[in-house]
Amino acid sequence: MITIKELSDDNLFTAGHTACPGCGVAMSIRNAIRVLGKDTVVYVPASCAVVFGTTFPYGAWKVPFFHTAFENTGACLSGMQAAFEKKGKKVTVVGFAGDGGTYDIGLQSMSGAAERNDDVLYICLDNEAYMNTGIQRSGGTPFGAWTTTTPVGNVVQGNRRFKKNLGDIVAAHEIPYYATLSIGQPLDFIRKVEKAKNMRGFRFLHMFTPCIPGWKMDPAKTVEVTKRAVQSGMWTLYEIENGDKRITYKPGKMKSVKDYLMMQGRFRHMSEEDIKKLQMWVCKKWNLHYKEKGAPDVCEILPPVEHHAVTEEHREMHGP
Amino acid sequence: MKKVITGDHAVAIGAKLCRVEVVPAFPITPQTLIIEHIADFVSDGDLDAKFLTMESEHSVMSAAAGASAAGARVFTATSSQGLAFMHEMLYATAPLRLPVVMANASRTLGGPPGIWCEYNDSMGARDSGWLQLYVEDNQEALDMVIQSFRIAEDKRVLLPVMPCLDGFVLTHTVEPVDIPEQEEVDSFLLPYEPDIILDPKRPAMIGTFMPSEYIMELRRQTAGAFESAKEVIRQINSEFAQKFGRDYGGLIDTYMMEDAHTALITMGTVTSTSREVVDELRRKGEKVGLIKLRFFRPFPSNELKKAVSHISALGVFDRSISYHGGGPVYNEVRSALYGMTMPVINHLAGIGGRDVTKEQIMKMFELTQKAGKGEKVNDISWHNTRGETN
Repeated sequence: MITIKELSDDNLFTAGHTACPGCGVAMSIRNAIRVLGKDTVVYVPASCAVVFGTTFPYGAWKVPFFHTAFENTGACLSGMQAAFEKKGKKVTVVGFAGDGGTYDIGLQSMSGAAERNDDVLYICLDNEAYMNTGIQRSGGTPFGAWTTTTPVGNVVQGNRRFKKNLGDIVAAHEIPYYATLSIGQPLDFIRKVEKAKNMRGFRFLHMFTPCIPGWKMDPAKTVEVTKRAVQSGMWTLYEIENGDKRITYKPGKMKSVKDYLMMQGRFRHMSEEDIKKLQMWVCKKWNLHYKEKGAPDVCEILPPVEHHAVTEEHREMHGP
Repeated sequence: MKKVITGDHAVAIGAKLCRVEVVPAFPITPQTLIIEHIADFVSDGDLDAKFLTMESEHSVMSAAAGASAAGARVFTATSSQGLAFMHEMLYATAPLRLPVVMANASRTLGGPPGIWCEYNDSMGARDSGWLQLYVEDNQEALDMVIQSFRIAEDKRVLLPVMPCLDGFVLTHTVEPVDIPEQEEVDSFLLPYEPDIILDPKRPAMIGTFMPSEYIMELRRQTAGAFESAKEVIRQINSEFAQKFGRDYGGLIDTYMMEDAHTALITMGTVTSTSREVVDELRRKGEKVGLIKLRFFRPFPSNELKKAVSHISALGVFDRSISYHGGGPVYNEVRSALYGMTMPVINHLAGIGGRDVTKEQIMKMFELTQKAGKGEKVNDISWHNTRGETN
């Protein structure tokens, strides 16, 4: 297995791109491509990554890059891979799509490639909203978050739905590999990218990528925020290999979701009631991921999740 | 070797003879037989290609673009709603100069839904940057798939090409077709060797974000390629005629035009029926002629001007309506003939797959002749249609 020391310094995603300081997407791309190496061909759908990395006549990519549209990462990867296979070329075909391009508009295309088990690596850079168009809600936006389409109004405050469980959707395609990653856990990050690179079939890496303007956060705190997300259970690190799920990093002690929320302006308006709702959702996820067989529900912040909590929420969303 | 086959089968055989390398596919009536035949070829080992069963037409054209950018010769086929669904990707393929060939089985684009022949599907894609041609019979369908790859991959063109064949009238109708030998096609169409592709050995960025300081030059280059395509189409038509013995005339084909007083412009299968009508009218001593518009993109303005320079009235057949009055072909023709004084009138017929009979075509000539004599005739006539205009 490759170590950080052994990682190539030959930057294939070079300095000089125009991403915001502290951009989680740029950091994830740069580190992923260092592991993937030169024999990689990249597709990026409409996203910040196209704008900050490829605005003509400049370009940050030192590996072949392709872009056409927004909703078609899965399909473009399939086409590219088919051509390389036909030509007998051994290359890693990789897509870097955002959460909008994966959870929402690109879900069908991704699902097609996954279901066909095409030999491609799909990377979702999840910054939890449409950031390139100026921070609009996506299916990946967490409960309570402010975006320009889930504003903090007098009647409704922030996003009222919980983050879509994309991992289960992807895993339901029975693909060889699905993993969640965070740049706050670099060893885990590198190991998963390398593992995905060396596997065949449809592989999906789900990366948690803070967005400085979209999350209204301090650009110096990107790594800290991702660490806090993992410590609170807002982001869990695991992998599903040929159907077997394995937690790859378990935080020692669950931290309050509030600590995570208060680092970001997008959550700062949240009422105590909403924070409690979100905490309950996190606890449920935490128990699902980390609870050992036979052990009681563990949530050190709040009492164990009561079943009616979800039902109440459901009623609120859908009426009686 | 002659075989009695459907238009869809002919198209599939054409693609096989071109040794296509990647075929992303999605079913839609009346195109489906094409991809079914190709699936058979691949499964039987008769065609060494990657056949991808995509989950939508949008993904078909996305995969086609990806495979073409990666250096493969790519073929697919679609129709109607499918073409509309991939509309966005048509615009991505052309300016990136990816020479994909896609057959379109012409079919009405709903609503209301229907599956029969109309050109409102492909006409909507006329400004997407694809070359468009319309064939008259199954032989031409097969031959034009082969020519399409030559045109598309020509370095002076490098644009995607869309051969269109009339839904059901050709796609599901059998006709005898002379199938060229593989060796003959191999010597006519060499392997695709693009200059710039996605290759880690020579990294290139294709489809970068293009600011206003640069994009106009790119559009101008694409427009220039359309102009170059006209000569390329003529050359390849001649070369094909020499090798295979079938001359389609290039951008347009004419019939009895030399001494004609009145002419009709047609596309697709209606051309065959119209030719018979011309014969009948000629037997009665009427000086009528026929222009078969083969390529709609690039639009053969100069050829048309030359072909009609001596006639007194021109009728234009349209198989779809452009809702500002008349059909799209009519408007293009009027624009091309601007400055010429003869009357040019529009004949809308066959929309939604309604039969276009000899009687209707007779009527088209009759109205056009009247206009030529200075009689008052409506600019736009709906043939074989119930009710009033409004």
